[in-house]
Amino acid sequence: MTALPDEATGDLTAHFDDTLGHERRIEPRDWMPDAYRATVIRQIAQHAHSEIIGMQPEGNWITRAPSLRRKAILIAKVQDEAGHGMYLYSAAETLGADRADMTDKLISGRQKYSSIFNYPTLTYADVGVIGWLVDGAAVCNQVPLCRSSYGPYARAMVRICKEESFHQRQGYELLMTMMRGTASQRAMVQDATNRFWWPSLMMFGPPDDQSPNTAQSMAWGIKRHTNDELRQRFVDMTVPQADKLGVTLPDPDLTWNSERGHYDAGAVDWDEFMAVVKGNGPCNVQRVARRQSAHDEGAWVREAASAHAVKQAARKDAA
Amino acid sequence: MTDDEFTVYEGLAADDEDHRWAFGTGFTDPLEGVDTSVPDGVDSVALAAYCLMLGDDALVYSHRLQQWITRMPELEEETALANIALDLLGQARMLLARAGRAEGAGRGEDQLAFFRDENEFRNVRLAETVDGDFAELTGRLLIFSAWRLALFGQLTGSADPVLAAIAAKGVKELSYHREYAAEWVIRLGDGTALSHAKMQAALEVIWPAVDELFRADAVTAMLPGVAADPAMLRGEVDEVLRTVLAAAGLDRPDRPPMAAVAGKAGRDGVHTEAFGYLLAELQSVARAHPAATW
Amino acid sequence: MAGPQVRSGWPLYEVFLRGKRGLNHVHVGSLHAADPEMALHHARDLYTRRNEGVSIWVVASADITASSPDEKDPFFAPSGDKVYRHPTFYEIPADVPHM
Repeated sequence: MTALPDEATGDLTAHFDDTLGHERRIEPRDWMPDAYRATVIRQIAQHAHSEIIGMQPEGNWITRAPSLRRKAILIAKVQDEAGHGMYLYSAAETLGADRADMTDKLISGRQKYSSIFNYPTLTYADVGVIGWLVDGAAVCNQVPLCRSSYGPYARAMVRICKEESFHQRQGYELLMTMMRGTASQRAMVQDATNRFWWPSLMMFGPPDDQSPNTAQSMAWGIKRHTNDELRQRFVDMTVPQADKLGVTLPDPDLTWNSERGHYDAGAVDWDEFMAVVKGNGPCNVQRVARRQSAHDEGAWVREAASAHAVKQAARKDAA
Repeated sequence: MTDDEFTVYEGLAADDEDHRWAFGTGFTDPLEGVDTSVPDGVDSVALAAYCLMLGDDALVYSHRLQQWITRMPELEEETALANIALDLLGQARMLLARAGRAEGAGRGEDQLAFFRDENEFRNVRLAETVDGDFAELTGRLLIFSAWRLALFGQLTGSADPVLAAIAAKGVKELSYHREYAAEWVIRLGDGTALSHAKMQAALEVIWPAVDELFRADAVTAMLPGVAADPAMLRGEVDEVLRTVLAAAGLDRPDRPPMAAVAGKAGRDGVHTEAFGYLLAELQSVARAHPAATW
Repeated sequence: MAGPQVRSGWPLYEVFLRGKRGLNHVHVGSLHAADPEMALHHARDLYTRRNEGVSIWVVASADITASSPDEKDPFFAPSGDKVYRHPTFYEIPADVPHM
């Protein structure tokens, strides 16, 4: 990209700011500050990586699903996640990012994915709890992104949100069925809830006062609410859902505060959060290793397909 | 920001100009309007066994495909694979349900899938083997799909209306599976030297289990006009393979068929050693909670 | 064997769909494929999992000539053949909030 004279950049910046100010979308061929481009690529890429890595904890239970209907539902859900990853990689590519390069960055740890997927799925109830809590938290994060300033990202988010509604409902319906079932099913649901509640709250990221990038992201329209705002929203939505289900959320400090009009909650263990984000969660190594081995072992296949395409093209030209 | 905006489902119900979302509409039940009673003159015990044969083929093979989820060589192949696994699972569900209905002992799809033992499963041994690599995955899928498509093609004319309806839907799905597999076998056979070697080696590994697909069995013999004669399928499958292998530059293997065990094989409930592990994985959670509904 | 260099990456294709009730093909996104036929298959898998009867066009991204900003890309149009993909398939009591 050739350097532009300052006046031109000034005009372009003004146009960019004006577009944002009017809540219009930035589209792929618009001029945008390099920092905006880099930040959006990173945000979209990490979101895409989360979808792809997220296939693993739930994919873990497909072959053991205890009914054929649940098995079919779970395959469809995991397939959707692959699709979501692809929609998002495709959105990042409109900004000049390259899928292979993003994959490399995921595998080498230079780009991250949502830390929740570094937790293990230990029982079949985890499938339901992930649908309820993890997808529920994702919905909280994602609905506002449907108004993201970057057009292709916003549009990908609309499609993803519509498909995610299926994910959350299937999880919750499974849990309802289990809670109306045997004592061991109910115990399984409560145990899974105990393990996933706090990590779900961590999905919204560190507290606002430890989140230095938030202000710039909000100015750029990439982020629409702060971490704490979304976390509070999630708690407020989820507590009544837990009541209906008949499970206890593992936070004795969770109480309705009528003055604030929100639930007060106990403290998140941010040390555990940092440990997991830094790479020491229970599943970090295996999640990336699985992605890496699929990618590495698939290299000969991808090369074969490219080689065949070249041969076919040559035959057409010669014909 | 209101509560409603955070309820994605509410948002979906809201009317926007885009009317191309079709939530809750456009589903076709392949068995709608079909009489599900066992037709007069058809041996219901044999019909149940036959449906188990075809249902188990699909259930077991779908399981093997499911094991490749998150291991495919490219993300786009993940969606393709999941579609195929889902299609076969759907066929299995309908066929197992039909088997239970014909048997008349109150066993449904889940009772049959999760609470039968190894020697009660009637799938061919081709369906249960592990794929060592992507070449084996696509090679086996090509053979299985070509065979099953030929079989379902016969079944669209079955005297059992339920089998005919299942087959009519399945034919569209299996055509797609066969095409997907064929294109990959060609890409790999006619790709790089490495992929060619791997694809040829894969066919050699798979080949011994192929002959069993065309073997006559006692159950089919008891269902004239209802079941498809396996021997009649060989011509179509051979023609498909001839075409694909030629385009791929691959040789048809010359390996002898896998022997039976005291004359018995998959259709008789005699499986490979891998099958016990497969069932353990498939059935463990369901069996741990036998009284549970999921 | 002489010939052009084999690229190890699969090129990008843009996908256009025309749904049953639509009149025009609309751009729904992009995907990677080794050749146009594979791109068509991938498009069918990725963008029409919820329905059939959709017309699909794929075009190599490199072949697209684009004008400047303010182009309008409409939403995608998926649908439903597998009933469990749709939220209405799940019986959730009406009094469960936010579901």
